[in-house]
This record gives sequence, structure tokens and C-alpha cells, in this order.
Amino acid sequence: MKDYNLENRKLVIGGIATVIVVIYILRLFTIQLLSDDYRKSADSNAFLKQVEFPSRGVIRDRNGKLLVYNQPAYDIMVVMNEEKGHLDTLDFCETLGITKDYFIKRMNDIKDRNKNPGYSRFTQQLFMSQIDDKDFSVFQEKMFRFPGFSIQRRTIRQYEYPYGAHVLGDVGEVSQADIDEDSYYQPGDYIGKLGVERSYEKDLRGEKGVKILLRDAHGRIQGKYQHGKYDRRPVAGKDLTLGLDIRLQALGERMLEGKIGAIVAIEPSTGQVLCMVSSPSYDPRLLEGKLRNKYHRALSKNVWKPLLNRAIMGQYPPGSTFKTAQGLTFLTEGIINTHTQYPCHHGFSYKGLHVGCHGHPSPLAIIPAISTSCNGFFCWGLYHMFANRMKYPKVQIAMNTWRDYMVSMGFGYKLGIDLPGEKRGLIPNAAFYDKAYHGSWNGLTVISIAIGQGEVNLTPLQIANLASTIANRGYYYIPHVVKDVKGGSIDKKYYQRHYTKAAPWAYNVIVAGMRSSAMGGTCKHFSTLNFPACGKTGTAQNRGQDHSVCMAFAPMDKPKIALAVYVENGGFGADFAVPMATVLMDQYINGKLSPARAREADELQKRRIAYGSRNR
Amino acid sequence: MAQETDKQPGILRSLDWWTIGIYLALLVFGWISVCGASYTYGETDIFSLSTRSGMQVVWIGTSLMLGFIILMLDDRFYDTFAYVIYGLFMVLLFLTIFNPHEIKGSRSWLVLGPLRLQPAEFAKFATALALAKLMSTYGFTMHQLKHFMAACALVFLPVLLIIGQRETGSALVYLSFFLMFYREGMPGSILFTGVAMVVYFVVGIKYEQVFLWDTPTSVGKFVVLLLVQIFSAGMIYVYCHDRDKALRIIGISLGVTLLSLLFSEFVIRFDIVWIQLCICAALIGYLTFQGLSTRLINYMLTALFAVGSIIFFYSADYVLNDVMEPHQRVRINVLLGLDEDLAGAGYNVHQSEIAIGSGGLQGKGFLNGTQTKLKFVPEQDTDFIFCTVGEEEGFLGSAGVLLLFLALILRLIHLAERQPFKFGRVYGYCVLSVFLFHVFINVGMVLGLTPVIGIPLPFFSYGGSSLWGFTILLFIFLRIDAGRNLVRT
Repeated sequence: MKDYNLENRKLVIGGIATVIVVIYILRLFTIQLLSDDYRKSADSNAFLKQVEFPSRGVIRDRNGKLLVYNQPAYDIMVVMNEEKGHLDTLDFCETLGITKDYFIKRMNDIKDRNKNPGYSRFTQQLFMSQIDDKDFSVFQEKMFRFPGFSIQRRTIRQYEYPYGAHVLGDVGEVSQADIDEDSYYQPGDYIGKLGVERSYEKDLRGEKGVKILLRDAHGRIQGKYQHGKYDRRPVAGKDLTLGLDIRLQALGERMLEGKIGAIVAIEPSTGQVLCMVSSPSYDPRLLEGKLRNKYHRALSKNVWKPLLNRAIMGQYPPGSTFKTAQGLTFLTEGIINTHTQYPCHHGFSYKGLHVGCHGHPSPLAIIPAISTSCNGFFCWGLYHMFANRMKYPKVQIAMNTWRDYMVSMGFGYKLGIDLPGEKRGLIPNAAFYDKAYHGSWNGLTVISIAIGQGEVNLTPLQIANLASTIANRGYYYIPHVVKDVKGGSIDKKYYQRHYTKAAPWAYNVIVAGMRSSAMGGTCKHFSTLNFPACGKTGTAQNRGQDHSVCMAFAPMDKPKIALAVYVENGGFGADFAVPMATVLMDQYINGKLSPARAREADELQKRRIAYGSRNR
Repeated sequence: MAQETDKQPGILRSLDWWTIGIYLALLVFGWISVCGASYTYGETDIFSLSTRSGMQVVWIGTSLMLGFIILMLDDRFYDTFAYVIYGLFMVLLFLTIFNPHEIKGSRSWLVLGPLRLQPAEFAKFATALALAKLMSTYGFTMHQLKHFMAACALVFLPVLLIIGQRETGSALVYLSFFLMFYREGMPGSILFTGVAMVVYFVVGIKYEQVFLWDTPTSVGKFVVLLLVQIFSAGMIYVYCHDRDKALRIIGISLGVTLLSLLFSEFVIRFDIVWIQLCICAALIGYLTFQGLSTRLINYMLTALFAVGSIIFFYSADYVLNDVMEPHQRVRINVLLGLDEDLAGAGYNVHQSEIAIGSGGLQGKGFLNGTQTKLKFVPEQDTDFIFCTVGEEEGFLGSAGVLLLFLALILRLIHLAERQPFKFGRVYGYCVLSVFLFHVFINVGMVLGLTPVIGIPLPFFSYGGSSLWGFTILLFIFLRIDAGRNLVRT
């Protein structure tokens, strides 16, 4: 080979150098510009984000009484590198009241990177959480003897009263689903699980603060990142004031003790919920602190379902309380007027169909029909409405007109209360029956909806809202348990009036009927009150013993309270629901109970209903 | 003596200022990187002599002085004393083996009071000078085996001595002189064979445990044997100028492979590696027959290449699994991506990739790198210095540094080619080969592309020895180049 041939090899060598550099630049391009993972890894390497937890907002009742607040709790932290096995294990375990086996297991779990992925010998690791005051003070005195161990302050929720568990709810550790849904949460954070703790989570929780510290490869802190430029102070959570009156709530819970049922009381002029009882209930204090999981499991396994908030999740036949809504519809639609009388000879009998009733004068008009809770009157009303081909060309049109009235009164759909898990109940429409009866049905087929039986289901909240609507003579505010968010606001929808399709004059008729009931009809126990109350009982048939229902409001003019009481298998409305409603209205309107009334409440509390060992 | 006086302005004029400019730019960039890499929080004075960055200023200053002194010496000095210098350094390297100071398992550091010097860094220019001297002697040619072996001996003597100091990384650098050998006439096939061996090794080991679909055929073995056939065909085409034979070999090889693949897939599953071995055996037989009948040595050499390839591949497999120490095997497995050992051997590379990757386009800014500052990357101001460039100066900075190195190497090729004498050219190629090797290995290992071999990045890595070593290496060449136009008496 000649020399000039060799000289060309400079091109090969230059080419090799160029190719190497180009490959390296491409590699730089891919890792520096195409992927964000490296930056994230570098940040997680270097930045120790020390979270500063805000204090959670407290919760008060309508009179400013503290219901839920925060109590300091203490976590025991350990830095393994400082611990180094110099510990007097016996003394340590005695101080904290743990066994040596537990100690060894805990220490191994902390060091196990599978169970504790963020482990570093040089940083604080959680050894034990939520130590109570007593253990804390003993531990603090002895702490100098336990190298590597320290105490970190946290807070846990504390409840002033053993009442209102379903409304207040509780906080617990976030689930993976919570974390996936909202990146605000990190594993180990707390979140509202039920009640207003959940529905007002964003107001209550505040904003976590963060201190960004620089950590070297050994986990040692090297100072603040950019002198704290990117640090954030925690923002405390907002305090809530509920519409709830804790005394009323306590009274309601006491009276429903040992019974299954629900009570909802609403302030008609605002829609604020004054009390919301669901029985069986539980002490909210069970679900605080480190024993939450244990008790939560026990409660969720309980056959009586104490975690179920029957006031908004229970869907019951409303029984005769529903007749008020029927009267309103028939009056407004012109099916009846105040003088229309229907016969009732121990019930409604037509074309072989019989719906029973109790003994009362016949025929009768709407006001006495409400007062005596006549089944026959309202069955005739519905029959005439559904059979009126002049007004409604087809039964389906009549049915859907009826449905529209019911929906306008807040039935069949969720009302939109500020609590999680509300159920919508059931108001059938024409399509529902077309499907059930293959198109062949008429007013008689569905007659039992006129008296709140059959397919109709309402939640106790919807019944209470019906009482509220009647108290307001035609409109309601969506019921809500939170009255005020300090430094914030509740949803605007809670300030809007919802008018029903029924005419205001029709409401006056129904109010007269309910007042008449209170004075001498099914609610005559109300006559023992020192203010004019209106009421309507219900005795809802079901597979077992009838449910005892009462819907009431007081005073008749300028009402302050509207409520519904629902006692499962309590028999006649007058057996349980009416006396309970009497006591509650007395308490709320007068602010206290007379000794006689207090005795009545105590007696109601002691009365039991035999449900058998496994009810639903 | 009169010549001496008018030589001085001549040097300044004929000095290659481009190279000096690149050199100074690299020094400045390098110092900035050392500042970033060695900075600890709370320290503010980057010039203090108690810090690494302060000390690097001293090394840079002394390097510039060294460079100046070298430029002042007569260029014939290096030619004349090449063997003497080489001899002296070989003795020094030999003595260093018995040096009592061991630093990180290596005896390559000579400790003289506050100074720690690594003779291996200086032996590079000595070896380069000796090679230049040898190869520029009249009548020397790479085609004579005796001459070639003599040149190889000059290279392998320091390699052995440095391996004796347990500093394998530095020893490997001397292999870069083979690039210069190639320029001076060493057959390209030797270089190609070297590359082919690396390819066999990487492909064969990496895919050994991967199986072709669900047959018992190891993908690694299969591909390597196929590559042997393809490479052999290529060599027939290039060295025997026989296109037909090459195509025939390729055709038969691929055809039989395809048939056996189909057979294995649809009829009976069997290990196609046996078929591949048969094809290779047939190929070797055919080539040997051709060699004997045509009396063309190139056929024989190609057959030898094929035999050697197969022997190399199977013995590499054996060495890796049965001879190597576990920690060496782990290093190779991590490099090939077989092990994801992020806490152990892969830690350095993983952390350095994070450091570079987190730099983004513009980097985090001077002294703002967290990954390097907080000591996540080990050896970050020496072997892993390029991380700091990547993290603090980003893509623009690190690509810029690579381009500066490329510019330096291409400029040195240009300078080497314009030498009137072989001495200067050989020395020039030695210099650029050393730089290329260092950049290739050092940056490659930081980027996770080449094995972790502890050698410094020229002008960047902290340390006096390497900075002085590279400066001497470069400036001797600049001095030789500056004297190219002088008429010698």
C-alpha cells in the first residue's frame, strides 16, 4: 500500500471520533431532553420535603357549642443510626407498655425496605403512633435514656359528645383510591371518611405546609433549599358551624335508643338541619385515634348496620304522611276542592278492590280526611285523577303529571344534602308501570301509591323536607347540615328557594288538616304542647310489624321546626313517632323540657321493640 | 547561537493558536466543573487552597507554566532524548510497583510530602515519544512483523508495569496507540477484528439466556454465529475482491438458516445453534480449500478469522462464567443491562445518569446542582466530573464540551497530517488517540454506555497528575508542530 492511501485513514480516524461524539450527544439528548424521570429522581434524591400539617377545622353546633376539636397526640420517632443498639430494651418497653417481641418486630419492619420504602438510617422513622398524654409524659422524662428516639407532635380528632356520629363523620388514613383521586394526599395522611368530615374535607383540612430541605447521599440534612424560598407555611383548616342543635340531637338519639329508625328536623326558613338521628348509632369517639380500624371493622360487621345513616340512606314507604302531598296535588289539579267529599266505609271498595280504613264518619272532605288519615278519600282522589280522560287523554299522562308534582316536592331524586351517600328514594312514573304491567294498568292498579304504600319510597330526610315545604306553604330550601364555613361559604344552592307545583292556597288547606289532626285527630298528643303544632301520622305497612311515622311542624304560623320521625316496626304512628315528635318540638321551641316531658322522654328511651335476632 | 535568537518570534507565529484556544477553554470549563463538583454547602470561598477548587487553580497555574517551559525547549530535544525519557519512566513505573502507599487498592500513586503523583499519567507522553522515535527510523514499516512487534513491545511494557500497580484502567489507555498504528499502516482487519470481538462479546453474553420464540435456541449464540458468517463473507468481498463468492456464502448461510428456522418453528423444535455450527464448519472448510487451491493467503486469513471468532466467543463465555471474580462478572452484567443492581455496582452509573438527565436543556446553573453537590455521585470531581457538567450546564453545556473535544481531536489530526517528518506525525496521532480514548471511555461510562473504567476526563477531572500529564502530552506536540517550517541544519 502506498503512503497516499494511508493518508486517507485520517478520514477513518476523524470519522470514528465524530461518530463517538454524535452518539454521545444523542444519548445526552435522550436523557436530558426527552425524559423527565431523571429530574424527578434527582429531586427525590436531594429534596427532603418535610410536611407541616395544618390543624383541622373544628366543628360547632348552631349555638356555638364545640362538637369536634383537635387533641395533641404524640408519635414516637427513631433514627436508627443514633439508636445503634445502645438501648435498655426492658426499660423502654415498660415505659411504652409494649412487649419485647413487639419492639423487635417493629424495629425490623422499619428497616425492611419492602415495608418501609423511604427508609434511611439517618432520618426519623415512625416507631409508634398516637401515644396518649400519660405515656407521653412518662416517655418524655425518660427520653434522654433512649438514644435515637424522639417525639413528634400530631393531632387527632376529639369529640365532645357521644352524639351525632352520622352527621359529624370521622377521619381516617387515606386509602389508595383517595390518593389516586387527589394528589394532595400522601400515604399516611388523614382524610374525612364520613359525614361532614368527608363532604367538607377541602374546607376542614386546610393546606399542608412544606419545608424543602436538602439531604445528602447519607440522608443527612444539609440545610434549606434556596434558603427557604420555596417553603410554604401550613394554612389552618376552616371551622364549621352546623345547623345542628346538639341538645335536640342528643334527645333524638336517646329516644331512638334500642329502636331502628331515623329522625330529621329542619328549620323551614333556612333548610338547616336541626337534628339528624339514625338508630342504631355509635359513639363517634370509637372512630378516633389508633383504634379506629378495629372499631370500624366491628361496626361494619354488625348486623344492625350502625354505620348506615338511615336518615338519608334508608328508603321507606312514607305511609299516610304522603297523603298531604296527594291532597296538594288533587287540589291544585282541580280534581277536588275543599268541599269535595268521598265516601269511606271502612275503606275504599271499587270493582272488587278493597283498601281498608279505620272507623270514622263518611263521607268526608279533605280537612277531616287529613285529620283522621282516611285511606278511602285519597284512593278516590287518585282514582278520579287517573281516570279523568277530559284532563288527561291517557293514564300515562295522568301518571306523569302526578310524578311531576311529587318530584317538585323533592321526592324521587336526591335532595342534595351536604352529606355523602344520600339515596334518592323511588317515585314511579308511567314507563315504570308500563314495564311492570306490560302497558295494561290503570288508576286502580296503582291505587296504593295514594296512601304512601306500594312502589313509593322516601328517605326520612325527604319526609322531613315535605313537612318543611308545607310549613313554608309551598317552597323549600335544600336541607343542609352546615350553616356556616368560617372564612368560606356554603354552596349557593342552599340559599335558593325551590317552589313546588302545588298552589299556595292548597297548602293552607293541608295545614288546616294537619292542625286539625294535632287538635283532635291522629296527632292529638300535640295538643299537650303550649304552641300550635301541625302534624300527620303514618303507619307504613311492610312485611313485618307496621312502621311508626310522624311528620310535623311548629308553630303553625312562622314555623321554626319541621320534622319527620320514622320508627321501624313501631306500630301506629301514635305509638312511637307522635310522642317523640312532641318531645322534640317542645325541646326546640321552649329550649328545655318540663319535668313531665322529660319523664316522657325517658320512658320513650326505655321502650324497646322486639326485632328478633337478625333484622335485615 | 544566532539561530537561537531569531527562533523565538518564529515559535509564537507558527504556534497553533486554535489548539491553545481550545485547551484554555477546556481548562476554564473544567475548573468551573471542579468548583461545582467539590463545593460543599456553607463554603463560599471557591479559591481557598483548602478546597479542591482552590487547589485546582494551583494545578492549572503550574500546568500553564509547564506548557510554557515545554514551548521554550528546542523541538529536537524530544527527538534526541525520546528513548532516555522512555527508559526513565519505565524504571519509575517499575519502582512504583513496590510503592508502599496503597490508595483505593491501587499502588499507582507516589507520595512525595504533600504531593501525590501518578507516574502512569506521565508515561503516556514518554511512550508516545519512544514510539515516534522508533517508527520514524529509516526503513521502519508496519508490514514487517519484526518492526510491528517492536512497536507493540514499546506499548505493552508500560501496560504490564501499570497492571502490576493494579491500575488496570490506566493500562487500557495504552491500547489507544493501536489507532496510531492503523494510521501508520497496520492492516484495518486487525482493528476490525477487535471491534468484531467486542460485538460478539456484548451480543453473545447479553442475549445468551434469551430464547428464539419458544425453541431451545439461544439468541446470543445464534446471532453471533450468523455474524461470523456475514463478517467472513464481507472479508472475502473486501480482501479477495470476489463478489460472487461473498454473495454465495451469504445466500447459502441465510437460506439454510431460514429453512432450519421454519423447520424448528413448524415441524420439530430443535436447537438451531447446531445448524449454525455446521454452516460455520462448512464455511471454514470451503475457505481453507479455496486458500489451498488459489494460493491466496487472504482466504486462509478469513478462515482463521472465522475459527478465531468462534473460539473467542466460546472461551469468553467460559471466562465470564468460570474464571472471572464475582465482582467483575457483576460489573459486566450491569453494563450489559442484565442486572439492575442500583445499590451496588450499578449505583454510580445510575446516579450519574440521574445527575446528567436532571440537567435538562440549560442545566441548573453554576453551583446549583443537587445531585452532585449532595454527594450522590461518587468520584464526582475526578472520574465522574462530566455529571457536574451535565447537571449544572445542561444539554447545551455538555454537548458543547463534547464538541470542544471533537474540535480538539480533529484539529490534532490536521496538525499531525501537516508534519514534514514522520516523528511529528506519529507523536501527533499518539496524542489524539489518547485524548479520544479518554473521552470515549470516560464520558461513555458516565452516560452508562461503556464499562466503568476509572480514567480521568482530560482537563476536567480534578488532580495534578492527570492535568500535568495531558498538558505535557499536548504541548510537546505543539512545540514539535511549531518547529515544522524551520530549516534544520
